[in-house]
Amino acid sequence: MSEIINILIGFFILAGAVLCLIATFGVIRLPDVYTRNHAASKAATLGVMFILLGTFIYFYALEGHFNSRLILGIVFLFMTSPVSGHLINRAAYYSGVKLWDKTVRDDLKEYNKKMMGKSSAN
Amino acid sequence: MLEIIIRLALLFCSISMMGLIYRVIKGPSVADRVIALDAIGINLVAITALISIVLNSHAFLEIILLIGILAFIGTVAFAKYLEKGVIIERERNH
Repeated sequence: MSEIINILIGFFILAGAVLCLIATFGVIRLPDVYTRNHAASKAATLGVMFILLGTFIYFYALEGHFNSRLILGIVFLFMTSPVSGHLINRAAYYSGVKLWDKTVRDDLKEYNKKMMGKSSAN
Repeated sequence: MLEIIIRLALLFCSISMMGLIYRVIKGPSVADRVIALDAIGINLVAITALISIVLNSHAFLEIILLIGILAFIGTVAFAKYLEKGVIIERERNH
């Protein structure tokens, strides 16, 4: 029983750390603000959630201590990290950061142009 | 075995924080720097959890929630500053 729990904790913590490392490679290597944000806000969140889950299992199974702050932390990170990534992307778009020069599609630009034309016609 | 895995995970998290610091220093735009700072905050949460396993105490687990909330509020404030130029709007004086 204890050995299975050790293997479970080790798997969660190692998977979380490797996901954090992959997210950092994405942030360093990707060409654009938007793609970098995509790496940082999804992969790093999943990695940290794995590590917190492993920590929770460690303290619950080996120490007998049910820690509710860890569950609160997991839920809070799961809710807020995509929201903050979206806010930063939106702020970067409206403050005029260029897209990558191989980007094939920009729907928001056409939408904004249409809305500007409609408001000037009125 | 678990000791080695936890030390390895601490090493990975430290390497990833160093890579993010590279992006904070070099980043071409301000949004890059804010993204990297947000990811550093999230990695700090992971390192706090791992340190509390290494030291075998659950006294640091409250800090996790605190760091998460502070990183979120900082990122929201930076995003609003980038988009509008002010953080707290004063449009009520009429």
